[in-house]
Amino acid sequence: MVYTFRIMVHVHFTSALKRFVPDLQSIDAEGTTVADVITAVETAYPGLSDYLVEENGALRKHVHIFINDAFIRDRRKLSDGIRSGDHVHIIQALSGG
Amino acid sequence: MARGRRQEKILLGTRKGLIVYAGGASGWRWQGDHFLGIPVSLATVDPRSGTWWALLDHGHWGCKLHRSSDEGENWEEVEAPKYPEGEWIKEGTPATLKYLWAFAAGGPAQAGRIYIGTEPGGLFISDDNGDSFRLNRGLWDQPGRMERWFGGGRDNPGIHSIVVDPADPDHLYVGISVAGVFESTDAGVSWTPRNKGLRVDYLPDPNVEVGFDTHFLIACPARPDRMWQQNHCGIYRSDDAGASWNDVSQDEGSVRFGFAIAVDELDGDVAWVVPAVKDEYRVAVDYGLKVCRTDDGGRSWRSFDKGLPDAACYDLVYRHALDVRGDTLVFGSTTGNAFISENRGDSWHCLGNHLPPIYSCRFA
Repeated sequence: MVYTFRIMVHVHFTSALKRFVPDLQSIDAEGTTVADVITAVETAYPGLSDYLVEENGALRKHVHIFINDAFIRDRRKLSDGIRSGDHVHIIQALSGG
Repeated sequence: MARGRRQEKILLGTRKGLIVYAGGASGWRWQGDHFLGIPVSLATVDPRSGTWWALLDHGHWGCKLHRSSDEGENWEEVEAPKYPEGEWIKEGTPATLKYLWAFAAGGPAQAGRIYIGTEPGGLFISDDNGDSFRLNRGLWDQPGRMERWFGGGRDNPGIHSIVVDPADPDHLYVGISVAGVFESTDAGVSWTPRNKGLRVDYLPDPNVEVGFDTHFLIACPARPDRMWQQNHCGIYRSDDAGASWNDVSQDEGSVRFGFAIAVDELDGDVAWVVPAVKDEYRVAVDYGLKVCRTDDGGRSWRSFDKGLPDAACYDLVYRHALDVRGDTLVFGSTTGNAFISENRGDSWHCLGNHLPPIYSCRFA
């Protein structure tokens, strides 16, 4: 018998994104990497991933993703692994005048 | 204003959103804004359908494209153009969308055809009014693009000007900073550099075919073989549809450097520029604003400053921030001032002094 374990994380968004997705709420996402999380975000909120990543999948310059309290390391392919129960925070650096 | 006549509008693309002015019997009045707080690189209208287009540069969230079919009552975001995977700006630098910089509508019989010019140098075409875009391969695959196109004021080369021949919608031009002018006579399948006669004073080899810093490119709507460009190295007129260019800058005088240029809709000999001090300064000439007009194809220029600031002025007018419709002109500056003239630029009055930095002005 083969047992499979689903890895489920909690995804939280900066409130700045509510301007574009008014009904945005934290979601639970399944997968093994941050890239999987972005896929789940897009499924839950179509079009939102364009605000987070460029067309080649790399994280936009001023968008940051934390897994719990640590920055992700791979901003280009989003290959950082996730573990069940992790909290993934998607935030943005507001800057300029 | 006549009953039932559509009210004329001015769309200002600014650092803090799209600002609308409406014209009426009592003059032009601020009407409101859209996308407050979000930089709008260009706000314009498709003259065929009346659709308003807003090209946004969120910075943090990327570039976005919005359209409105009811003059801003409702906006719809459409998916912005995307560079296909595996494309490169230069060796080792993947191509991704950096900036939405130019918009053009296709011909009157090409319903749904629109063009978007972008940084890092891709021209995107839609045939379904922006529901989907494809990268124009003919221009993107130009020999030497990666080696000879480069960024000027922006980090990468960008298409800021798109000209569609009113008489032949398959006849196109783009202006690229920094590469120059390219022409296509087959709807974008192939492109040819059209930079003969332009000067380039910043490259070691002045005899290049590509590498010119066209700041803005236009054609007279009624006479499209008469083209104009404000270039980094001067003001140029072409009488042969871009096949060759003539320097019409002043030998002595300030009519040389700038970004914006406008041409009369009917008379290809009449054009306007807003001179600036080149190159490392990029400010108003002699601390005052003036608009210069030629009525004879650039052989002579007249300067007009009535109603414009004449002291302690640092305003610079970007390439999309000057527009003309009939006898009315409007321009806006990086310092957040906007001015309008109802007499072909002879005199001006202020639309607003406390606006955000202005990137574009377009009549709608």
